[in-house]
Amino acid sequence: MPLTLSPTTTISTEPAKGANTATPIIHLSAVGKRYGNHQVLSNINLDVHHSEVVCLIGPSGSGKSTLLRSMAFLEEYDEGEIHIEGRLLGWEIDDRGRRKHAGRNRLNQARRNLGIVFQQFNLWPHMTAMGNVTEALVRVRRMKRSDAEKRAMTVLEKVGLAEKAHQYPARLSGGQQQRVAIARALAMEPKIMLFDEPTSALDPELVGEVLAVMKQLALEGMTMVVVTHEMGFAAQVANSVVFLDQGSIVARGTPSEVFRDTQHPRLRQFLQNYLDRNAFWHTTPEQEN
Amino acid sequence: MFDWPTFVFSLPLLGKALLITLQTSLLGNAFGFVIAILISSMQLAKMPLLRRLGGSYIFIFRGVPLLVQLLVIYYLAPMLGLPNLSPMVAAVLALSLCSGAYIAEILRGGLMAIPPGQREAAHLLGMSRPAILLRIELPQAVQSTLPSLVNELVLLIKASALVSVVGLADLTRVAQNLAASDYLFFQHYLVLAGIYCLINIPLTMFGRRLERHLQRSLA
Repeated sequence: MPLTLSPTTTISTEPAKGANTATPIIHLSAVGKRYGNHQVLSNINLDVHHSEVVCLIGPSGSGKSTLLRSMAFLEEYDEGEIHIEGRLLGWEIDDRGRRKHAGRNRLNQARRNLGIVFQQFNLWPHMTAMGNVTEALVRVRRMKRSDAEKRAMTVLEKVGLAEKAHQYPARLSGGQQQRVAIARALAMEPKIMLFDEPTSALDPELVGEVLAVMKQLALEGMTMVVVTHEMGFAAQVANSVVFLDQGSIVARGTPSEVFRDTQHPRLRQFLQNYLDRNAFWHTTPEQEN
Repeated sequence: MFDWPTFVFSLPLLGKALLITLQTSLLGNAFGFVIAILISSMQLAKMPLLRRLGGSYIFIFRGVPLLVQLLVIYYLAPMLGLPNLSPMVAAVLALSLCSGAYIAEILRGGLMAIPPGQREAAHLLGMSRPAILLRIELPQAVQSTLPSLVNELVLLIKASALVSVVGLADLTRVAQNLAASDYLFFQHYLVLAGIYCLINIPLTMFGRRLERHLQRSLA
């Protein structure tokens, strides 16, 4: 499926209206979370539609990782609601209208179509790449080992690591480990992939191979939410870019709206910082004389 | 000085006793390991009650001398009006309970060293808690604590000398009996010491081998 940019929306803190008329696959309304007195997320409204790629950007501590982790209920949000494919995530409402933790089955049901990729890969070091990918297929999906291995090979091929199937993680580079982690998530055939700074722990030289796999996924129509510092990736692949600061969505829009046209002072400052940090060849007229 | 005919005569008896020693300590270690898995995961559980139960277990079974545990367990059953435990059952039970406490602490250290993200990943893939423990966490914890675990096994084999107090004819008890019958104390105890020492050789070799085998995958 070709990449399509969603119709333009103006930059605002409101969710994009009319961007897509279908029901969103991820729906966040007024989501908030606090640690004690510290409000980590406040009033987050966000819809992610089928086959959409949403990139979350922002300074560290802005809440973008917390937001992403909330979408898998790895962080318990305590205000508002998150719906995945129409199912309330993590909570149940009891008779008196109060929320309580959803049971394990219900939580797993809501998470069933989520795949998540972490900054630290989180591969299991005592299993080969193949073992990492087949483990949940065999234990959770109850697949026969031979079938699981067949599917594992398919996904490992997809991330370009078929020939590394029988290597242990310690023998793989960071980029390869992250691609195995992506394969492990893909093997469960998720409809949504969440990426939590997938390239932040990598040597700069290895970032490209992981982004390439992600780009390919996006092109195939995977719904993706990506927390990233790779603005180039966001600019090329995202349908919408969401900028968070101090736990709130401060700006959002298409990549060109966010990266080029924005007038928002905090966002501009953030982008300028990014540009300064990445400018390694900077000559001014005075220096040339 | 060393009476060879006596030595040769004592060998079959000592052989039988060796089996008793190995049986009690190896069984004790095996059951102890199972107990340790339970206790260590209880200690790392979220529920305060479970944590406290696990902590109390270790407090008791690590705090009371093994000899005392053996006697209490052996004489407890008749006190409660239950049929007597056979010496073997009492011995294995005491060794299991005691080594369970020590191994639990070793495993807990190994479990805590695993980055929590690994559990998170497994959890998100839908794996159940027991599956995560047995498939993801335990193999790594065993691997990282293997030297301590082998150490614990060696200690337990030696500690099993205490089971003679409930009347089991283990190595130590048989050596004592032999010495009492012919007054060759030094000779019999020297042989006894030698046998305990020799038991360690295959164990240590096995431990090394296992370590190397496991390391190959992680290096």
